Order: sequence, then structure tokens, then C-alpha cells
Amino acid sequence: MARMKFLCDAERCIECNGCVTACKAEHDIPWGVNRRRVVTLNDGVPGEKSISVACMHCSDAPCMAVCPVDCFYKTAEGVVLHDKDLCIGCGYCFYACPFGAPQFPQDGAFGLRGKMDKCTFCAGGPEADNSEAEYKKYGRNRLAEGKLPACAEMCSTKALLGGDADVVADIYRNRVLKRGKGSEVWGWGTAYGKPEDKPAAPSAATS
Amino acid sequence: MSARQYSTAAAAIVLACVMTGCGERPKVYKPAQYQGKTDNLAWDNDRFKGNRVEWEKALKARSEGQNEYTRTGAGVK
Repeated sequence: MARMKFLCDAERCIECNGCVTACKAEHDIPWGVNRRRVVTLNDGVPGEKSISVACMHCSDAPCMAVCPVDCFYKTAEGVVLHDKDLCIGCGYCFYACPFGAPQFPQDGAFGLRGKMDKCTFCAGGPEADNSEAEYKKYGRNRLAEGKLPACAEMCSTKALLGGDADVVADIYRNRVLKRGKGSEVWGWGTAYGKPEDKPAAPSAATS
Repeated sequence: MSARQYSTAAAAIVLACVMTGCGERPKVYKPAQYQGKTDNLAWDNDRFKGNRVEWEKALKARSEGQNEYTRTGAGVK
């Protein structure tokens, strides 16, 4: 069974915000809500790095754990979705999420906080697939059409990859190898750091 | 048992009952705890007609299409 994941290649992302625009247009997202955004580190400094961030559809999602009304569920493909009919807009998921993925519409008076909205991996919600109700609440259901999320498919440099985790990881690993790098960028070296420097060999006696 | 002992025991019981409300139940995440509407499977629709293999094939083709090294024939594998 496929396990859906996003992977953003910081070496390729050019901060064009095409993914953000694609997401906004695909799902008719209201003003003020950003299911996806591009974060740039060391902005303006030569060598700056950008990365596209949205819900990462965690394997052990903290939003699911903290939701007081248990409105989250995980699909067979590992996509974390929620039922807006149940959501009370408390904001616990926002505090729990390490990626700042949950969004809350704030277009009402007196700081009204509406029901949570987040990236659905273009998989809609619990309403009938590709129905009008599903589109209005969650946006388009591309996964049910056999398509990948719009942000990943629209990415001009293919920095943002989406799809089955094994396939996506394989594409990225191939890129890294093509760049002439190896385990220092991918795999053990990345996960656990470089081996500690060996203590310098004692220099020849200089008495 | 004196009246004082009775009242102490009663107070202890009442306190225990009241304090149980302050306790935290162990919350272990269970997928089945979801309270909302049931969602159907991604391939359970008019297009794929419940054919999971076809759905996975369509998605795999799209996923692999993201690899320009294979798409352009410049293969690195």
C-alpha cells in the first residue's frame, strides 16, 4: 500500500511560490488561509535556502492526538484528514503541529475563529468524492482522480515531490547521487551526523 | 468509632470521589476513535470502480513522472 508523503528539495526550490498559488487556485482557498507556504532561511543572503511547507501527513500525527473531538482520521494511503462538521476550531492542533499546518479562517467579527483548514494532500474529506459539498469544504479530490497533489505536479523545478514515499525517496536519492554526493547528504550520514573527528595523531616529538 | 473518626472517613471518601475528576486518563491514540463521517477509499469511485490496482498504477505513473532523469531518458539508475 502506498504511503503518501511530501519531500521538498531545498537545493532546487527557487521560492517562486508556484506551489502556493497552485494550491490556492485548485481548492479555491479563501484569503488569509495558506495551506502551503514557502519558508526561506537566510533570506537575501547568498546561499539562501527555501523549502515549501504544508501538512506533512505525519505517521504519528500530533494533531490527531490532541484533538478533543477526534475529528481527524487517516486514510488507507496515510493521508491525515479531518471532518469539518466536527471541528470546533479550538486551535489545539495548531499548537501541536510542528509545521504550523492547521489554518483558521479569521474573516469574521470579534476575532472569530472558524473551523480548521489544512492541506488534504488533494484527497478531499469525508464527503462523497468530487461532490460539491466536498469541494466547498475541503477542495478538489485529485487523489480519487488518480492524480498527485497540485502543488507537487505544478512545481516547475520539481523541488517539491509528492506521492508514494518509496518512489519519492528514490527520486531524491537518485538526484543526490547525480550531484556527486552520497551518504553525507542521504542516509546514515544525514540522520546520525558525521563520524566524530579522530583525535589528531601525536606529532613527532619536537623537544 | 467516634464521631470524629466517622467525619474524617466521610471527608476522605468525598475528597477521593471529587479528586478522581482531576485525574488524567491515559490517552492512547486509536484510529477507531474517529468520531466523524466515514470516508470511502480513493479508488472506490466511478473512475476506478473499486479497482485498487488500477488506481495504484495511475498514481505510480504520476509519481515517477516527477523524475526528469527517467522522463528525459537521461537515466541515473
